[in-house]
Amino acid sequence: MTEPVLRMEGVRKSFGDALVLDGVDLTVAPHEVVALIGASGSGKSTLLRCINLVERIDDGRIWLGDLDISDPRIAADRVRARIGVVFQQFNLFPHLRVIDNVTLASRAVLRIPRAQAEATALALLDRVGLADRARAYPDRLSGGQQQRVAIVRAIATNPELLLLDEITSALDPELVAEVLDLVRELKGDGTTIVMATHEMAFARDVADRVVFLDGGVIVEQGPAAQVFTRPQHERTRTFLSRFLGPA
Amino acid sequence: MPANLPISDVEIGRRAYRRTQNVRSVLVSLVSTIVFAVVIWLTVVNTPGWERVQRSFFDLETALAAWPRVIAGLWVNIQVLFFAVIGVLVLSVIIATIRTLRGPIWFPLRALAAAYTDLFRGLPLIIVLFLIGFGVPGLELFPRQSAQFWGTIALILTYSAYVSEVFRAGIEAVHPSQRLAARSLGLSHGQTMRIVVLPQAVRKVTPALMNDFVAMQKDVGLISVLGVVDAVRAAQIETAANFNFTPYVLAGLLFVLLALPMIRLTDWYTARLRAREQMGSIV
Repeated sequence: MTEPVLRMEGVRKSFGDALVLDGVDLTVAPHEVVALIGASGSGKSTLLRCINLVERIDDGRIWLGDLDISDPRIAADRVRARIGVVFQQFNLFPHLRVIDNVTLASRAVLRIPRAQAEATALALLDRVGLADRARAYPDRLSGGQQQRVAIVRAIATNPELLLLDEITSALDPELVAEVLDLVRELKGDGTTIVMATHEMAFARDVADRVVFLDGGVIVEQGPAAQVFTRPQHERTRTFLSRFLGPA
Repeated sequence: MPANLPISDVEIGRRAYRRTQNVRSVLVSLVSTIVFAVVIWLTVVNTPGWERVQRSFFDLETALAAWPRVIAGLWVNIQVLFFAVIGVLVLSVIIATIRTLRGPIWFPLRALAAAYTDLFRGLPLIIVLFLIGFGVPGLELFPRQSAQFWGTIALILTYSAYVSEVFRAGIEAVHPSQRLAARSLGLSHGQTMRIVVLPQAVRKVTPALMNDFVAMQKDVGLISVLGVVDAVRAAQIETAANFNFTPYVLAGLLFVLLALPMIRLTDWYTARLRAREQMGSIV
C-alpha cells in the first residue's frame, strides 16, 4: 500500500466550551477525492482549517505524508506551502491582477523567477479558459471566473493536497457548473482533494469517498454510491433525506 | 476545551514544548530590554556634559518647588481639553456630513466645508492661535473673552478640520449597500445618516479618532503662546526664575501621564477589533 497523503488521528478541536471536532480519524490516499458532507456547524470547515494549520488542534495528530504537522516544532509556513486551499468567498487579492494573484506564491514562497512563474500561470489560466483575463483585476470578473482563478492560484505551486471549502456556496446557480467542471478535471489529473461541500449530486458524481460528519465525529464514510444509496446510520439517512428528498 | 476530556500524551508533550518556548521568548525579550536600557543609560551618564545637564534638567528640588504652579497650570490644560473635545466632535461631524451631501443645491455649502478643511489643515496651529487669539479680539466685535477662550476656539477650528476628514473617510467606508437598504426602507437621507451610516462610520474610525485625541491632548500646551498660564507657561515662568529647565521636564512628564490612559485605551480597543475580525484563527 502506498503512503497516505494525509492522516488524521483522534483530532479534537473546541472553541471555548463548544467541542467542534471530537476525535476525528481520517486517511486520504494519493489521487483520492474525499467529500466531507454534513450540516452547517458539523465541523467540515474547521477540519479543513486544522489541516491547513490555521487552527491549532486541542488533541490528536495530523500527518502530511510522513511529517507530523501537529508537532509544534515544524515550520507551519512550509507546511501550508505544500497545501492548496480554495475558499468559499474566493479571497482573491483585489489589488493584484489575476496573473499576479496566481504567481504570488510561486514568486514569494518558492522563489521561482517571474518569467517562469508567469509562463506556468498563463498555461494554467489558458486551460481554464481565462488566459485573456490575466491582466484584469479580480473585480472585473464574474463570481465563477474569480473562483476558477482562485483554484488556479491554489494549484499553481503544485501542492500535494488541495482543500476546497464549500467553493460553490457563494456562487449564482448558473455559475456553479463551470467551477465544478474544473474540479472534475483536477480529479482527472490525479490531484488529491479534500472538499467540504453542499453539492450532493457533485459529491456523488466525483468523490471516491464520502465522509459524513455530525456533531464533530465521522458518523459514516464509504464509497459515494454506498453512502448515498444505502446509508447505514439513521443520522446519515435523516441528513440525506433533507437534501435528496425521502428515498 | 471542555474540562472533563482526557488528554493524550502527545498533546501533553506539545503543551509542555509550547510552554517552554513561551518562557524562553519572554526571557529573551526581558534580557534584551534590560541590556538595551543599561547601554543607553551608561552612554548618557558617561557623556562629558552629563553632570551639568543633570543639574539643569533633572533637579529634584527645583521640581518640587515648581510643582504647585505647574499642576495648577495643568488643570487649565485639562479644562481647555474638555471643551475643545466637545467642540471638535460637534463641528467635525457637521463638516463631514456637509462634505458627503450629494446634489448641486448643496454645492456652496460643500465648497465652503472643503475650503475650511483645506485651510485649517494647511495652517500651522501656532499661526491659527495668533490669528484667533490676538486678531479676533482686536475686531472688537465680540464681548471681551479670556485668552483661554480664544485658545480653545483655535484648537477646535484646527482639529475639527482633521477630525472631519477622519469622519468623512469613515462615512465613505460604509458600504453603499447599507445606504441602499436604509433608503429602501423609506428612511430619509438624514435618518439614513444618523441611524445607519454614522454609527458604523464611527466604529470604523474610532482608533484614528482616539489617536487625534492624544495628539490634541499635548497640543493644548500651545495655548501658552497666548499668555494663558497653563502647565507649559507655568514651567516657563519657573524656569526663568531659577535658570533651571527642570520645570519643563516636569510639565512634559505630566503631559505624558495625562496621555497614557488614552494611549492604552486606544491600543486595547484596536486589539479587540482585530481579535473580532480574525475569528480565532492563529495566522
